[in-house]
Formats: sequence, structure tokens, C-alpha cells
Amino acid sequence: MPQENIVLKNCGVIDPRQIATFLERDGFQALEKVRREMTPEAVTDEIKASGLRGRGGAGFPCGLKWEGTRKAPGGEKYVICNADEGEVGTFKDRYILERDPFTLIEGMAIAGYTLGAKTGFIYLRAEYHHLFDLLENAIRQIEEFGFLANFTIEIREGAGAYICGEESALMDAMEGKRGEARYRPPFPTTAGLWGKPTIINNVETLMNIPRIIRNGAGWFNQMGTERSKGTKVFSVSGDVPKPGVYELVLGSSLRELVEGLALAKNTKMIQIGGATGRIVPYEQIDTPLTFESVLGAGAVIVFDQSRDVIDIVHRTMEFLAEESCGKCTPCRQGTEVMVETLARFHRGEGLKKDLKDLADLSEVMTLTSLCGLGQAASNAVTDSLQHFKDAYESRVAGN
Amino acid sequence: MSQQAISNRHGEQDLIGRLKEAQAKFGHVSEEVMAELARSLDIPINDVYGVASFYSFLSTQPLGRNIIRICQSLPCYLKYGQTIMESVAQEIGIIPGETTADGKFSFQLTNCIGLCDRAPAMMINYDSHVDLTPKKIAQILGTYK
Repeated sequence: MPQENIVLKNCGVIDPRQIATFLERDGFQALEKVRREMTPEAVTDEIKASGLRGRGGAGFPCGLKWEGTRKAPGGEKYVICNADEGEVGTFKDRYILERDPFTLIEGMAIAGYTLGAKTGFIYLRAEYHHLFDLLENAIRQIEEFGFLANFTIEIREGAGAYICGEESALMDAMEGKRGEARYRPPFPTTAGLWGKPTIINNVETLMNIPRIIRNGAGWFNQMGTERSKGTKVFSVSGDVPKPGVYELVLGSSLRELVEGLALAKNTKMIQIGGATGRIVPYEQIDTPLTFESVLGAGAVIVFDQSRDVIDIVHRTMEFLAEESCGKCTPCRQGTEVMVETLARFHRGEGLKKDLKDLADLSEVMTLTSLCGLGQAASNAVTDSLQHFKDAYESRVAGN
Repeated sequence: MSQQAISNRHGEQDLIGRLKEAQAKFGHVSEEVMAELARSLDIPINDVYGVASFYSFLSTQPLGRNIIRICQSLPCYLKYGQTIMESVAQEIGIIPGETTADGKFSFQLTNCIGLCDRAPAMMINYDSHVDLTPKKIAQILGTYK
């Protein structure tokens, strides 16, 4: 399946500092269309019919989220763009924000229209501070042209915390608290920011909205597989000659991305979805990239034959242990125990019983953690135990 | 620092924003600043400390004028980020977690900063430095006062 620039279609074409270059394309035609021709209900129906799913990693159906928030009781509602891209190996949102802030804001304004919301927020990670002025400039130009009507967009900058990419922790951070995952329900659709119904979407998800409105759900859902419609923007890094951002129709093979576009050779394995992602051995490189198989937020880190699986998994777990917010025990303690255990294997001092303990602990963390971080923290361990068990067994003390 | 309790129109106290302001002004968030914020926002000082100590871009300890953050995550590690850490350590004579005696640099390791396509990468203050090699380090550090 082909490379297709839908989300990225303006990237590198328009000047992100000049709204005129955006208007020369089809800038704001989708927003004008919803305001002129569509009821909020018709907008959510269209998004539902498109099959668009969240691009931040979880893949929740976007139309359902919008519909739930639209129908939730309450006069005051919010729209949040999650630009707290912190997953290891992910940089596609940075790439998009740098090149086309206008489409994103158009998507947010459509969400605002659908909810009757007065305010939208872009939550920008502190590490992307250099994009603050560019975004503010885009917002100001759009306001001057009158496209936002009575919708205001404000930027809130984070202060450095991976967990704040998790939507409930992000809202806690916006409320001035430690960014810790919330118990759910209630979900943001009914009780999000400051307890109000809130649509929170990833940058890339919102980028898809104007395209769907303009071209129709039928156009969008022709692309992809039965449960994964449209395209996905991937961030490719690691042992590849051509790292970078690539947009492919969903269902394209991992081989097409990694070998076809990024020109990888001599690959041992690929980690898809960052630290909480899956590890795919080279033998499975023909795996389709879909929500049904592997995807996450589209971080693709490639490892060649020279890499040590245990070292990679150990480093992944060190990251998660450091970034666990500490609120729930299975994640806080589980990641620490895993770091200690993996360090033993790394030193060649693993114990036979560690293999079973790692598998058991993985299950407990997946079943009992409060949010996606803890639930997916053991993915790299589970996958490497399945595909690279030799690497562990050869590091058992006495072997 | 004089702080007044301001709640904006969302009823938002923006504690993080105000901690970041203090950080920018004084280089860290001191106990005095936390106490004053707690008083002005009418929240326990524990809560202010809890927030200030949670985020990696806030520090409750004094830091140098320039903060070096070298990415330690996998994509940078695969591109030999370790050699960048070593050459920074050699150049300024401190290890991660320390501040130079003259207060010019603090040296930290950070998790993924989203520059993986141009690894290894680091941030100094809010500037991104990419495609690093040990040879580039002295020149880059020389541009900071």
C-alpha cells in the first residue's frame, strides 16, 4: 500500500508563518463548511462514519469521543490538543507543528463548533518550547482573519513529564497539580478539564478532521483496513540510513516502511510504539501496520543485528520506572522490580526463576495498573521473552 | 517575590506557570518562593513542593545559568549518545547531576526530547542541538556565557 500525504499534505508546501499560503490551499474550507452546512450532530456523525481512531496511541474511535462529549450535560466544555509528545522515538507531532500549525487549529475549531465550546487549549511539552511563538503567531493570524469567531485558543506549556501525555494526567497538570493518572470513570467526555466535558485529541488526530469534513467520510474510509481507516504518520529512528517522518496508508507493511522507505538493512528487531510499544522480530517484518496488530503512536525504532535485546529492554524499563507517576503500586513498584531483574540479566547473573517471575509480574501490571503506562509497561519484556528467550537463558547465572 | 492570588477566568490557579516564572527569574524554585506561592494561592506548601519536585523542568535546588540536557533515550543511545555525555563531562569537568563551580553550567540527562531523527541530540536551555559528535561539543558550549 502506498505512501500518501493526507495529514502532511501542507508540510513543506506552505509557510507556517504566513496564513496566506495556507488559504491558497484549501485552508479553512472545512471549518466554513461545518459552520454553513452542518449541525454539530452531522459533524460527529461524519467523524463516526469515517472510522477515524485516535492517533496518540490508544486508538479510541474519535467520533464516539466527540459524540459523547457533545451529548454530555453541561454548558461549559473544552477542547484540548495533546501536543505533549513524549513517547520514546516519536517526533511526528513536532514535525507537523513546525510545518502546518494552521490545519491543527482548524481541526480544533471544528471540535469547538461541535461542542459549542468557547475555549480550546494546546498543551505543548516543555521540550517543544521553540514552537510556542510559531503556534501563537498562527493563532493570532487566524484570529485576525476572523476564522475563530468566538472560539479562543490558548497554549499551555508543560514542565517536563512523560506521563502528562496520558490524557487524565495532562488535565491534572493543566489544573496545576502533579501529573498523575486519574481513576476512570468518569471519562473526559463527561468530566475532563476542571470537571467539564472535554474533547482531548492528539495533534495528528485533529489534523485529520478538516480532511474528513472537506472530502467526506466515504473518501476517508476507503483507505486502510476494516478497523484502521486512513493514514498514519510514523517516526522512524534507530539503525536506519534514512530516519524521519513518513505517512502511509494504514495496513501498509512494516517492511515497506522500514526497508522500503528508511532503507534499513540487517535488522534484528523493531520496537513499535516506543517504550510502551511492542517488539517485533525481523521474521515478522511483513506485519501490517494497523491498530489490530501493532501501531501505538507510530514510533518505529529499528535495531540491527549488533544490538543486545536485554540491553534494549533494560533501558526501556529504566525509562518507564523513571517516568512512572508513582500513584498506583503495580506500576511504581513493578517497573522498579523489572529494572532490578533485567539488570541482573544484563550482568549475566539472571536466575532461572526470574523468567517466570517476569512473566507473572507482567501479567499483574497489565491487569491492575491505573493507566496505559503501567498497563503497557511490560510489553517489551513480554515480547522479548517470547521472541528472544535465548537471550535471557544465556544470561542465567551458571550457564 | 511578591505574588497575588490570581485565578483566571477558568478558575485556574496556574501553579505550574507560576513555578516556571519563578524558575526563569531565580534559576530554581526556592523554599521561600514555594511558601509564598502556597500563601497566595491558599494551598498547603506540601502541595506546592509536590508539584515543584514532580516536573523535570522545575528544580528545587539552585542550578547553573545554562542547563545542558543530553537525551539518554534509545534512539540517541543507538547513535552513541554516550560519547556526547563523555565529551560534555570532559569539557566542563562535572558529571550528570552536577553544576560547575562557576555556576555556568548544570549537566543533566533527560528522556526523549523528540529529536530522534537527528540523534544524538541535546538541549541547552531551550535550544536544540542535533546530529552531535564529540568534536562539536567544545564549540557549542563556547557559545554560552
